[in-house]
Amino acid sequence: MKALAARRHHPLAFVAILLLALVATGGLYAAFQPRSAQAESYSQDDVDKGEELFLANCASCHGTNAQGMQDDSGNTLGPSLIGVGAAAVDFQVGTGRMPMQNSGAQAWRKPPQMNDEQTRQLAAYVASLGPGPSVPDEEALSSKDADLENGGNIFRVNCAMCHNAAGAGGALTRGKFAPSLSGVESKHIYEAMETGPQNMPVFNDDNISASDKRDVVAYLKALDEQGSPGGISLGSFGPVTEGLYAWTIVLSLLVGCAVWLGAKAK
Amino acid sequence: MATTTPTRPSTEAPEDSGSEGRMLKLGAVGGDWLDRRVSGAGLVRFFGRKIFPDHWSFMFGEVALYSFVILLISGTYLTMFFVPSMDEVVYDGIYAPLQGAHMSKAYESTLHISFEVKGGLLFRQMHHWSCLVFMVAIFVHMFRVFFTGAFRKPRELNWLVGFALMVLGMVAGFTGYSLPDDVLSGNGLRVVDGLMKGIPIVGTYISMLLFGGEFPGHDIIPRFFTIHILLVPAAILGLIAIHMVMLVLHKHTQYPGPGRTERNVVGFPVFPVYAAKAGGFFFLVFGIITLISATTAINSIWVYGPYDPSPVSAGSQPDWYMLWTDGGLRLIPGWEFTIFGYTVSLNILLPMVVYGGLLAFLALYPFIESWVTGDDREHHLLDLPYNAPVRTGIGVAWITEYLILAMAATNDLIAVKLHLSINDLTWTFRIAFFLAPVIVFYITKRLCLAMQRQKRDLALHGEETSKVVRMENGEMIEIHEPLNEFDRWVLVQHDDYRPLKAGKGVSALRAAATSFFFKDQLAPVTPTELREALEHAGHERHKIDELTGGDYRTPDVRSH
Amino acid sequence: MSDHVNENRESEARSSSVSTIAPKEGGGFPNPGLPPHIHRQADENPRAEKRAERMVAAMFVLSVLGTVLFVASYFIFTPLGTNLLGTPGTLHAVHWSNLFTGIGLAVAVFFIGAAAVHWAKTLMPDEEWVEERHHIEGSDETREVAASIITDGLEESGVGRRPVIVTAMVAALTALPIAVLAPLSTFGPLPGNKLHHTFWKKGLRITRDTDGTPVKASEVAMNSIFHVMPEGLTEDMEDYLEQRAKAAAVLIRIDPALGQNQESLDNGYQGILAFSKICTHVGCPVALYEQQTHHMLCPCHQSTFDVTDGAKVIFGPAHRPLPQLPIEVDAEGYLVAGGDFPEPIGPSFWNLHKDK
Repeated sequence: MKALAARRHHPLAFVAILLLALVATGGLYAAFQPRSAQAESYSQDDVDKGEELFLANCASCHGTNAQGMQDDSGNTLGPSLIGVGAAAVDFQVGTGRMPMQNSGAQAWRKPPQMNDEQTRQLAAYVASLGPGPSVPDEEALSSKDADLENGGNIFRVNCAMCHNAAGAGGALTRGKFAPSLSGVESKHIYEAMETGPQNMPVFNDDNISASDKRDVVAYLKALDEQGSPGGISLGSFGPVTEGLYAWTIVLSLLVGCAVWLGAKAK
Repeated sequence: MATTTPTRPSTEAPEDSGSEGRMLKLGAVGGDWLDRRVSGAGLVRFFGRKIFPDHWSFMFGEVALYSFVILLISGTYLTMFFVPSMDEVVYDGIYAPLQGAHMSKAYESTLHISFEVKGGLLFRQMHHWSCLVFMVAIFVHMFRVFFTGAFRKPRELNWLVGFALMVLGMVAGFTGYSLPDDVLSGNGLRVVDGLMKGIPIVGTYISMLLFGGEFPGHDIIPRFFTIHILLVPAAILGLIAIHMVMLVLHKHTQYPGPGRTERNVVGFPVFPVYAAKAGGFFFLVFGIITLISATTAINSIWVYGPYDPSPVSAGSQPDWYMLWTDGGLRLIPGWEFTIFGYTVSLNILLPMVVYGGLLAFLALYPFIESWVTGDDREHHLLDLPYNAPVRTGIGVAWITEYLILAMAATNDLIAVKLHLSINDLTWTFRIAFFLAPVIVFYITKRLCLAMQRQKRDLALHGEETSKVVRMENGEMIEIHEPLNEFDRWVLVQHDDYRPLKAGKGVSALRAAATSFFFKDQLAPVTPTELREALEHAGHERHKIDELTGGDYRTPDVRSH
Repeated sequence: MSDHVNENRESEARSSSVSTIAPKEGGGFPNPGLPPHIHRQADENPRAEKRAERMVAAMFVLSVLGTVLFVASYFIFTPLGTNLLGTPGTLHAVHWSNLFTGIGLAVAVFFIGAAAVHWAKTLMPDEEWVEERHHIEGSDETREVAASIITDGLEESGVGRRPVIVTAMVAALTALPIAVLAPLSTFGPLPGNKLHHTFWKKGLRITRDTDGTPVKASEVAMNSIFHVMPEGLTEDMEDYLEQRAKAAAVLIRIDPALGQNQESLDNGYQGILAFSKICTHVGCPVALYEQQTHHMLCPCHQSTFDVTDGAKVIFGPAHRPLPQLPIEVDAEGYLVAGGDFPEPIGPSFWNLHKDK
């Protein structure tokens, strides 16, 4: 990627990249598009157990056949889960968003209520309803050969406007928000891009390829790990928190000095 | 300028004889050698024993001055490494997540300063923190001057100079904030471009001239660099010089107190006490800013990424002193109309008018107030803020309006942190913009009047001793300890103002204005009132003493 | 105090307008004068004096230690070379460098200040001095002389007597500032029709913003958003960023049944709609797309656009809808532009609606 970038100034480079990219996209398309429930092996037993869990915990909103439900006035109680895939279940249940405590603008991240095994069984059941994105495997998340620069670039163009450049989160309309990404598991970030939970748009592999997603995940992990070389990051919210800090902590220190200076010695 | 020799308090100077010889020699250098070359003695005589009053609230102007010095020092260091160019390079520094990225030389050199120059990040952070402190100090200093009435004759012009310094500080800050050419500041510039385009007729021309073509172009960083390191600092230095000269000419104001009059200044001489205190204070401010820069990150531009017109980050705000200029842009509804086929963007122009109005009011306030009061005297004794309830209310209302605009500019962060709806917040701020200043003005004025009443009682009756005596007729009386004359003086020295009636050289407008300012004014204690109060207290005291024989202990305690 | 009152009366007499100052009954209270001085411990107790002296000296010594720490850590905690705590060339190394050099410098400077202030407070004389003020204004004589200098000077120059010169001078002084416009004009080109056109034109493929690959209609899933740029807009172009600043767009696919604006749907392709990403208020990239509400939000000033209704503004300071890029599909199934945006993108300006 770096080599490509360096050559970009050649007039013909664009054509070369375009051709390469076309081939790559085509290849990726072929390789990743049909990723579905079949890519992961779930036993019939998993599916059956998952169905039990589903009926007990989810069916009240999503319907007994996961077909989705509406209340009397036509508002959606829970959307249809046919075709959302195992990834959606793993994300929603694995981050504790589902089962939802009460309806509101948006489901919140909270400690998961199902253990890993139960989450897997639920995922198996939902995956069996129709083809959809599967849970990414280790390889898809490996940051070993990831291109951080590419990940950062994709993140800034596609994600930072909602999640903030540092992944600190941001506001959407009418009480909805894009959550903070710090401390979120890699696979959950990946699944969120793939399935577009709640108001987040879907970034399937046709939009951001599997390797690009891996780069984004790796970039976020790198941001987390590198810390803040300048010191306390103040939540990475930028100039506002910096200004608040100047008006509170720094001003208090200065006032303290001034009062000491102006007071008569004992 | 006339030279005064201030009255030195009569103390025997404790000097040990050994060092006296050396001190004399140093004195000779200042008094003689320099004098024969640059009239040094006259300067030493003029400045050496100039008197400055001591109060913590007088230090914020100094904080501003000192943080400006730190800005110059750290800024000079940064210019040694910064490359003000928008030419494109491919990054190959140590920051892995940007290796291979295309960026401007300005951004690359800022990364270089942050990560590869020893002490570079420290100086960058010191430069940015001292900028924030500079602006904080200017505002606090302005509030102090405003609320104590220090802007009154003869200091109106110095108020204007200070006001200009505040505006220049904003320009310096904004141009500096834009220099690293990162996504955050780039989007700030884009907003500026949008604002300029919104100006009728000439807008698009101004935009093209500033950016050297279409936004972002290749010129804006080098141009801002020149403005930031040459034009604005030179203007600030010049105005600081004028500010200081006027300060020396007027001599510093002082709070009212025993022995302090409109005709004197009570405090400590520049040499040696103030030289040590003010000089030392520079190092204190320097130390605090350095400590903050060592421990707290500011403007981590590598997280924002190199500027590109496509990306933007949630929570995109300018530095705090520019926040208020963003707030109005968020609150204004989408008003725009077309006249003869030409577009008029009220959603840009109206906020600008509001900002201009707020600034103009602040700048002109001394002249407005002196027109109302008709007060032509020189003022060197400060007002205590509660003795000027309307002025204090106006000041707090102004700050409230400023704060609402600044908070409106952070509505997305407030929404996400407090889990509120950004739309509801916007509406709340829209309503608060009109209501809050009025309410705050009223509350502040009432609080001031309540304090005046309380101070008035204190001056007349003294402090409560919490000793209560029941008289023979069942009346309960608390014994008050009268104030000493020094403490009382602070409470009784201020002037009284009365509203004027229209006619006899007073216009109806001015009469209304004086009524607005002074109709609820509480008259200060007069000598007659105090005499009566003291007589009354003495009379009561006499009765109590007769009853108790001067022994205020309760009978059961007494019997033991 | 009596001075003060007298002065009030003087100036009231001189004041041109009626003043609101109420006269003080009997001239008000007399100023009691400076209160008796209270001595400090160090003034009376030699041991307290010694203690203060030692304290001041200790703080200066602390400052020396701070300087030593600063200089030492400048060389033993470096970002790239020696670093006792972090791997050189990482941000951790930068962190330690910043922290230690910073604390060293902070101690070095802070304690010079603390020592000086403590010295002044405890050991230098703390009895207050009184300095008399002088009137700011000069003496009557000075003012008269000044006035006559100006009057005489004007008289000598003949300003009043030579209207021709004065008129010509006013003309010259008025003309000269206009000359500033000439050099000013070289600061940038005239707008011309630049603001009315972007890089998009009919037949240009729509490519992904980050890697420049073209997008097929079949790839645009329901409820997804693509950040796109025109094909052929490459980094080697002189005006690369300027063109990106205008061409930035998004592709969104909605269920056509939700569409409320037929014209907008007609300019799209099977529910795939392309809009300018640049806000029509002051030009921030509007890219916060909510896939369930189909609203786009601007992060800078919260203008909200309804994608199902031709990106009409439903909240916030923007007025115009986001201009829509007409799109088509080429023979290979790739999305292409059907032309440029129908009106200028980004912030409104004066002659926005004038064709160029």
